[in-house]
Amino acid sequence: MTTSATAVPVPAGRKAGRNGRPRGANFVKMMPLAPAIGLMLVFLAGPILYCVYAAFTNMALTGTGAANVKFVGLDNFRKAFGSSAFTNSIWLTLVFTLISAIIGQNTLGLGLALLMRRSHRLVRNFVGTAVIGAWVLPEIVAAYLLSAFFNDDGTLNVILHKVGLPGQDWLYAAPIIAVSIANIWRGTAFSMLVYSAALSEVPKEIEESAEMDGAGGWRRLVFVTVPMISRAIMTNLMLITLQTLSVFGLIYAMTRGGPGTKSQTLPLYMYEQAFSFSQIGYGTAIALVMLAIGAVFSLIYLRGLNSEAA
Amino acid sequence: MVMKNGFKRAGVLAVGALLLGVSACSQGSTTKTPEAGGQSSGPANIKIAYQQWGPGTVMKNFLTGAKTEYEAANPGSKVEIVPVVASENDYYTKIQLMMRSPNTAPDIVYEDTFLINSDITAGYLRPLDDYIKNWSDWNQFEETAKGAAKGQDGKVYGVPDGTDTRALWYNKQLFAKAGLPANWQPKTWDDVLNTARTIKSKVPGVIPLNVYSGKPMGEASAMQGFEMLLYGTKDTLYNYDQKKWVVGSQGFKDSLNFIKTVFTEGLAPQPKQSLDPNWGNKVGSDLLPNSKLAIALDGSWLYNNWLKTGAKPWPQWSEVLGQTAMPTQDGSGKGKVSLSGGWTWAIPAKSKSPDAAWKFIQSLQTQKNATKYATDGAQIAVRKDVAADAGYKSSSKSTQFFTDLVSVTVYRPALPEYPKVSNEIITAMEAVMTGQSTPDKAATNYDDAVEGIVGGKDKVTTSSN
Repeated sequence: MTTSATAVPVPAGRKAGRNGRPRGANFVKMMPLAPAIGLMLVFLAGPILYCVYAAFTNMALTGTGAANVKFVGLDNFRKAFGSSAFTNSIWLTLVFTLISAIIGQNTLGLGLALLMRRSHRLVRNFVGTAVIGAWVLPEIVAAYLLSAFFNDDGTLNVILHKVGLPGQDWLYAAPIIAVSIANIWRGTAFSMLVYSAALSEVPKEIEESAEMDGAGGWRRLVFVTVPMISRAIMTNLMLITLQTLSVFGLIYAMTRGGPGTKSQTLPLYMYEQAFSFSQIGYGTAIALVMLAIGAVFSLIYLRGLNSEAA
Repeated sequence: MVMKNGFKRAGVLAVGALLLGVSACSQGSTTKTPEAGGQSSGPANIKIAYQQWGPGTVMKNFLTGAKTEYEAANPGSKVEIVPVVASENDYYTKIQLMMRSPNTAPDIVYEDTFLINSDITAGYLRPLDDYIKNWSDWNQFEETAKGAAKGQDGKVYGVPDGTDTRALWYNKQLFAKAGLPANWQPKTWDDVLNTARTIKSKVPGVIPLNVYSGKPMGEASAMQGFEMLLYGTKDTLYNYDQKKWVVGSQGFKDSLNFIKTVFTEGLAPQPKQSLDPNWGNKVGSDLLPNSKLAIALDGSWLYNNWLKTGAKPWPQWSEVLGQTAMPTQDGSGKGKVSLSGGWTWAIPAKSKSPDAAWKFIQSLQTQKNATKYATDGAQIAVRKDVAADAGYKSSSKSTQFFTDLVSVTVYRPALPEYPKVSNEIITAMEAVMTGQSTPDKAATNYDDAVEGIVGGKDKVTTSSN
């Protein structure tokens, strides 16, 4: 608690100093940035604006919408919110994000970071390599590995049968669970690294004094460690949520959003509508909705961060 | 504030300069177009794009031969063959993206007839009438085939290189094991289902019946699976008299019910097998030749897998497999049903060398080459001279059977909306086969979607005739 309280004035002080300077100096200093800003505007803001424009048109890859693009107002959005396939994808996206990022990657990453802090160097190196290995694998390779793992006669079922449990055709019967686990497997390393860094900043003395006061492992974690790394938790949650919202390749390669629409999260639904079914306008409208969902999550986490700072 | 505005202005200037630069570049490439294309008939480079999927190399070999021939006859010219490696739906997307820009547009593109009207409406293709009027071979084409690539403006946009029909292929050896006749002639849907049930009980371990279904197989599911059923009911997709799309029809629900029956009773492959995008190849190159599948609702070209040049040479196929027409729902009407499609060679509107492209299309479609492709590519001929050719007629044991089906065949509604409607059909099929929706619910979703696609309640009808 004390560290976060002392940390606040520093950036605030710096900010005041910058505002106090004459603007002219700033302008001259920023001149060398102009080309970079120009490029950003053209190649980053440009496509985004184009996407916003397309979302309000009937743009398509073939048919009428390809020859003469017309403004259709909010039609695409109306169509989206009136379609059960779209609401199904929003629901699946939220389930996927909740299971794989907020619960899975986040807690597992924290758990691993805590365990590794205490364990022997050999164990630490071994676990670290294994977890980070999953992370650095190309997405498509990871997806095929996990397809093989979850397949009807794949590794998972072989293991389940060995210990006398009934197998399950994961990719077919529980696709959203399968892709969520896959995403946890692949993405936990990121959370683990963030938390390892945050934990290394926690002064040993505070934990030791809590121990002296008679706090057990669990109480120390809940009342001392977690509050001290809460900023890292918020930042990590925000990053992994935004990453997970836009996961495409992993799900596409594992299930293609199927069977039916049982694992069709928003990015897959958008891809199908825009590129399989040629409806670019509708697809970009869905992309905007996705952007809005990401923004809502970010706002929630930012509030969390700010209230922490206050 | 002044400085801030100045900064803003500088930013705007910088962006402006960049935009200018970008547009100047694209200007440069567009101004180049006429001189590279031009109306001269001198040597030119042409790019020809076609779909390459699965292990078959018939088209590749055919085009390579034609390229050599063309380059020898037109010294200095170069033909670049661009295989677009993609599954069915991805292929359309890729060539549409290519045709959008003059920088990427091929000069010749292989277009499925079901998509051609949509691409004509999109302004991707160039009318060929001016070329065709000086081309004597055009008289050799069947009238229906000429219509296959006609736009709603009455102009011709593509030269068809063949068509196809569809029917039931069945394995006589498996039929013998199940005590079924070698000369199988189902009269109704129930006959087909009952035969499949017999196979399921008498020859376990074999897939009784394959009907393509669901999104991964794309148009094959819509046309070869669903429409082969629907056009055997009293209903259709489109009412030509009222110029309206048909919704809420009993035939649509019955067809979905057929899909539900075969998948829930285990007469079809498991849904997850059917949903493998490679499934079409497996049927042709593994399941049928290895006697793992008893009945396949499939196309006339199927045997090209088993030719010496095919993916799975299988000389005995003509003794092992029989063909019989797909019956209508209750045997009424003409009693049998088939659907036809086919592909055409078209010239994109943004092609830089349309004249040379046309010349190459002509050389692809000499009688000799057309016969070669119809034979090697297992096509149903669309040219009278090819259809009369002795070599073509005897090219396969099934050629006569499938050519005869032309008398009952149906073409899909060649309208710009069709591809979107087709997507809704495969979505409905997938929902039913995976048990996500009941046939009635899926049909209702289809009706709503079609209404949205064609633009409102007044563009649809509930009557098929």
